Amino acid sequence: MPVYSAPLDDIRFVLHDVLGAESLSALPGYEEFSADLADQILEEGSKICAEVLFSLNQSGDQEGCVLENGDGLTSVRTPAGFKTAYDTFRDGGWCGIACDPAYGGMGMPHVINTAMKEMICSANMSFGMYPGLSYGAFEAIHKFGDEALKTIYLPKLAEGVWSGTMCLTEPQCGTDLGLIKTRAVPQDDGSYAVTGTKIFISAGEHDLTENIIHLVLARLPDAPEGVKGISLFIVPKFLPDDMSRNAVVCGAIEHKMGIKASSTCVINLDEAKGWLIGEPHKGLRAMFAMMNDARLGVAMQGLGIAEVAYQNGLAYAKERLQMRALDGAKFPDKPADPIIVHPDVRRMILISKGFTEGARALSYWIGMELDISLKHPDADTRQAADDIVALMTPILKAYQTDMGSEVANLTVQIYGGHGYIQEHGVEQYVRDARIAQIYEGANGIQALDLVGRKMPQGYGRLLRRFFHPVQRFIEENGEDEALQDLVFPLARAFSKLQQSTAMIAQKGLKDPVEAGAASSDYLRQFALVALAWMWCRMGRVAQERISAGQGDKAFYEAKLKTARFFMQRMLPEADSRFKMAMAGAESLMSLSAEEF
Amino acid sequence: MKILVPIKRVIDYNVRVRVKADSSGVELANIKMSVNPFDEIAIEEAVRLKESGKATEIIAVTIGPDKAQEQLRTAMAIGADRGILVKTDAPIDLGGVEPLAVARTLKALVEREKPDLVIMGKQSIDDDSGQTGQMLAALLGWPQGTFASKLEVNDGKVTVTREVDGGLETLTLTLPALITTDLRLNEPRYAKLPDIMKAKKKELEITDPSALGVDYTPRLQVLKVSTPPERKGGGRVSSVDELIDKLKNEAKVI
Ligand SMILES: Cc1cc2nc3c(=O)[nH]c(=O)nc-3n(C[C@H](O)[C@H](O)[C@H](O)COP(=O)(O)OP(=O)(O)OC[C@H]3O[C@@H](n4cnc5c(N)ncnc54)[C@H](O)[C@@H]3O)c2cc1C
Repeated sequence: MPVYSAPLDDIRFVLHDVLGAESLSALPGYEEFSADLADQILEEGSKICAEVLFSLNQSGDQEGCVLENGDGLTSVRTPAGFKTAYDTFRDGGWCGIACDPAYGGMGMPHVINTAMKEMICSANMSFGMYPGLSYGAFEAIHKFGDEALKTIYLPKLAEGVWSGTMCLTEPQCGTDLGLIKTRAVPQDDGSYAVTGTKIFISAGEHDLTENIIHLVLARLPDAPEGVKGISLFIVPKFLPDDMSRNAVVCGAIEHKMGIKASSTCVINLDEAKGWLIGEPHKGLRAMFAMMNDARLGVAMQGLGIAEVAYQNGLAYAKERLQMRALDGAKFPDKPADPIIVHPDVRRMILISKGFTEGARALSYWIGMELDISLKHPDADTRQAADDIVALMTPILKAYQTDMGSEVANLTVQIYGGHGYIQEHGVEQYVRDARIAQIYEGANGIQALDLVGRKMPQGYGRLLRRFFHPVQRFIEENGEDEALQDLVFPLARAFSKLQQSTAMIAQKGLKDPVEAGAASSDYLRQFALVALAWMWCRMGRVAQERISAGQGDKAFYEAKLKTARFFMQRMLPEADSRFKMAMAGAESLMSLSAEEF
Repeated sequence: MKILVPIKRVIDYNVRVRVKADSSGVELANIKMSVNPFDEIAIEEAVRLKESGKATEIIAVTIGPDKAQEQLRTAMAIGADRGILVKTDAPIDLGGVEPLAVARTLKALVEREKPDLVIMGKQSIDDDSGQTGQMLAALLGWPQGTFASKLEVNDGKVTVTREVDGGLETLTLTLPALITTDLRLNEPRYAKLPDIMKAKKKELEITDPSALGVDYTPRLQVLKVSTPPERKGGGRVSSVDELIDKLKNEAKVI
């Protein structure tokens, strides 16, 4: 049986020591927020995650969702215990933690929601899909819906008695939303009749809530071709005025590699009644607002799985006795040494630790910037924060989900054969983590978003929002003896990032194939530099606390040691990624299809 | 009816307790602290009495460091109406603030607040003294129902089902009375997010031992704290007969 305990100490370190998240209380709407309140919320939230959700993770995987044929209409049964767990979660008010209080939400900062999401995903990623999608639907309706729709839907979504979905994918259209065929025909009463088939719809049908609110991309009769002709509709399973059944039905559920307790549904719409959200033909913009949040949410799935996998790999490495340390027995009284003595096992554990703790700082920082982008009274400050969030979203999504899979795999490796078999429950993390690299825009698409959209935006304005503070940090701390072995590698890696950025900006402008060819390696290089900056910031705080004799010395010393490991054994990957990104498209594109 | 619920900040039950290198006590620095689990049950019971209309006010009380405000906030998030912290930096443990000192402090607060019922944990999971409730009842001259697994309040009386060695015992006490809780009394709820936020606004009074006229000078001296000797592995018996034989001849217990 795997174990999980929420890493509250590290969460507090990031929130309070590194980011000073309590400063958010200066923003209008967050006046009541404080460090104490954050701690109390996360402490109580962690209990639900570790005690209620985590205990259903393995059984949920084994049982999966089941499609049932009731009175002509199909329904989906979630695994045993999910409904009760959802009720506890919903009754606790956790569904609406970051939702607008004007519509029944709790109005807590996104940075707290980010931490909560991490814990939920560590405990039970499948479970997290249901409230996660509801929150996405809340945000989309909140941003683009008219007041009438908001009044009907938002309070129920915030409370969690209704849940949400996002219906984009169709059999012929995954990445390329321009191929959407689902049609919406205007009706006399101002509603629309929506007809089409959606596939792979997460939480499309289930038994956790009284109603399911689908946000559906479809075309109006006069729609132009391609992505410029897509509109967004709200299509409830039960019509809110009399709760009569709408013609939106689950046709089948998928059998899949992981997240088996999250239902993945074929949704058939047969002149289902829907309402337009936002402007006609501008649906993609609204959906993207939802997707940006969702992408950060998926990034937390990567981190969440990595954290729980790391905890288990570490625990196992301390327990499993095999072979002696290379430099002689460390535990002569035992039949063998615990495998944590072996350099290669330590390498795997430290990569896991170096990633999770670094990515925690990175994610929470972006969570905080998201708060600033929404609430700061000054428009320029809001814009700057919004730029950072926009720039970093594809980086977090792709890098953190790639690493979620990587760390899950490393954990299986630490367990050896005992990881590969089902009994210990760690192979599930490999299977669960895998989808996060694919949905919400496959990771290759995130890389394209970075080089194609975010990089040129405002003539590099978004990039400067990241480059300037890193530059400043290096200048301010470069002289600090104690931080040399952290700041120096950051400075080196940063200058290479500037080089590859300039190259892609120049070449890519002339030839988009060049930008595309460099994109994934460039994204990884960028992510590693961002993590290096986080490790420097964490290292600086740890150093300060140790010098001042404050707090838990062992904790801060471990931080510094892990920071050094990151610089020496993880950051160098940025060099090879740099080389690959700089190599150009030629060798990638020269083979004809027949020559493969 | 007013209920007073004393709670204690203790090492979280998930933490593996380590003895300090100098054997003077257990390691407390930077260790996760929580509300004593039996006290959580006491809070839960008080909140249920309030929800069923039997109680009007719940006061949570703790003796401890400044940080113990966190545990009072937790109690208030579950449903206590206000909190009182008797602030001291002495350890709430043998050789520090001992059970009798705690009982005297609580007596002073009971006399000031005049509750009809005190509900508290039967013991705290750190030093496991299991004495405070009994001492407090004696100091107050109140009837006591310890190790409660069921509780009913009606017409100025409280009926308590107690877990005793031989089974269950039912007592009826006249209020004011004192109850100590056992594990099976109830299953404490998870605090709700809106209640956690509301708890921040509830009244939390901070006072100190001298204001209540109590003295925390320890009466016991702790000589040494050590980990229990490691248990030797058990053996397997192949039949009931062998077990009986071993109990008779090896262990000599029957
Ligand atoms: C478990 C699960 C849950 C899902 N939940 C939802 C949901 O709730 N709602 C929903 O609408 N959809 C959902 N999806 C669908 C998911 O978002 C899509 O699978 C995903 O967008 C990719 O689309 P596709 O599978 O058609 O792959 P394709 O679009 O066919 O892509 C295949 C590969 O080609 C690459 N590729 C495509 N175009 C380009 C390009 N221009 N440049 C570079 N590479 C490219 C992709 O990166 C990918 O690696 C879910 C899928 C699964 C499996």
